[in-house]
Amino acid sequence: MNAVELKNIVKKYTTKKSSVTAVDNVSFTVEEGELFGLIGPDGAGKTSVFRILTTLLLADEGSATVLGNDVVTDYKIIRKITGYMPGRFSLYQDLTVEENLEFFATVFETTIQENYDLVADIYKQLEPFKTRRAGKLSGGMKQKLALCCALIHKPKILFLDEPTTGVDPVSRKEFWEMLKRLKAQGISILVSTPYMDEAKLCDRIALMQNGKILEIDSPQNIVNQFGTNLYAVHADNMYNLLNDLRAFPQTTSCFAFGENHHLTLKESNDDIRELENYLDTKGYLKRTIIKIEPGIEDCFMQLMKK
Amino acid sequence: MLTKEIVIKTDKLTKKFGDFIATNEITFEVYKGEIFGFLGANGAGKTTAMKMLIGISKPSYGKAQVAGFDVYKQTEKIKKSIGYMSQKFSLYEDLTIKENIQLFGGIYGLSDKEIELKGTGLINKLNLQNEADKLVSSLPLGWKQKLAFSIAILHDPKIVFLDEPTGGVDPVTRRQFWDMIYEAAHHGITVFVTTHYMDEAEYCDRVSIMVDGVIKALDSPGELKNQHNAKSMEEVFIMLARSAKRGE
Repeated sequence: MNAVELKNIVKKYTTKKSSVTAVDNVSFTVEEGELFGLIGPDGAGKTSVFRILTTLLLADEGSATVLGNDVVTDYKIIRKITGYMPGRFSLYQDLTVEENLEFFATVFETTIQENYDLVADIYKQLEPFKTRRAGKLSGGMKQKLALCCALIHKPKILFLDEPTTGVDPVSRKEFWEMLKRLKAQGISILVSTPYMDEAKLCDRIALMQNGKILEIDSPQNIVNQFGTNLYAVHADNMYNLLNDLRAFPQTTSCFAFGENHHLTLKESNDDIRELENYLDTKGYLKRTIIKIEPGIEDCFMQLMKK
Repeated sequence: MLTKEIVIKTDKLTKKFGDFIATNEITFEVYKGEIFGFLGANGAGKTTAMKMLIGISKPSYGKAQVAGFDVYKQTEKIKKSIGYMSQKFSLYEDLTIKENIQLFGGIYGLSDKEIELKGTGLINKLNLQNEADKLVSSLPLGWKQKLAFSIAILHDPKIVFLDEPTGGVDPVTRRQFWDMIYEAAHHGITVFVTTHYMDEAEYCDRVSIMVDGVIKALDSPGELKNQHNAKSMEEVFIMLARSAKRGE
């Protein structure tokens, strides 16, 4: 049985003036025990997919199941077996940390004690603040509490909608380590993120843009399909270098990428003498051109243009 | 265009909330035309520091001058000399693009003639001719952010403050946004920017990293990587911020 199955899901939001297709004929499956990532910017349709799967929103077309249960007819079962962390902080701000967790346990007819082992790792970090109101917690702490509340009824599948957005790199790293541990316990996880560097931490990913799926595969396979040489170029004046590289006749794409610019050329062979000569005539100092393996962000940008 | 002219100068700038020291004696300078990355973990005190610099929060003690004006006594003059945009609030969604330009132009004291001239220039530059009379809410996020940035520098401020301007934006638009930042800096506008994307930290002339209310490091990305023997700014950040004790 698949953890999640979407078939040709369409969701439109229509007002008097306009109609937006938020999810445009999307199909994919998440296998049991898999850590699956929906990767894409705001407006890609990620949240609508989550809301359809968690039975909070009806699709206009298509069908979807969660662990074999239909999202329309079996919604009551789905709600019992899933844990959901929405993108916006959705806990009770006026309740304390402990009260929130207790509330969610009670709603699902269980107790904190019964499933404590599942959240212990995360909750230990929150325990010093357990009498603090949830609204007064820091961003990273709120997230950890939200994850505890989504886990406390021992769900079979977790839906995490942008759990790391706006979170600093240290907390993001910790969060993904927690997800790895949950996966090891056999929980299927569907997680979305706008941070492309997090994609490589998933078993498989779907790259999404404007309601459509650009690609579904393992991060490594997506990288392998890049299909052309990618160069990291660096020199003393990076701003001028970007403009000059874009003006180079052989360039197909050039983007700033941290300390380097990432460049693809029309003719993808290993001969870059023409490029070297071009840059030398421009008088760059400390110029380096290194052939590199693309990342998911390189692939995403290439797919966006197709 | 990086120069040696100082546009922001702080000396032991501090903000306390009761016993809690949100920003603890930070001292730094920012130059004209510089792209200055203001980084830190969640809760490190960045927002508090930024609020003092833009003149909406009074420091507990310490000194600071922004665009030559004092953060205690000349906050109104500071506000006229700066631009500001954040991921959370930038434009009025239920006004059209043109109306937003008129509103912000007016607030910043531009004449009707200037607003007309600069507004048209802005719309042409962003290729929004066909959208000018549409509501901002109808624009995709990436366009909104580019528009918001253009409006934040409409009045040619000395400094523009950007608070996580590219959060949630697609990777191509994120880079187009940085092209605009480079261009503004090239024209002498100082850019003071916060971000959680560590690749963007690499695009800054200099970067400061705040941890628990203090500035733990301040230098060019290249120097910071050298000093910490790190391959990327992400590594530098994690090394410095891992020791953080507090949340927010």
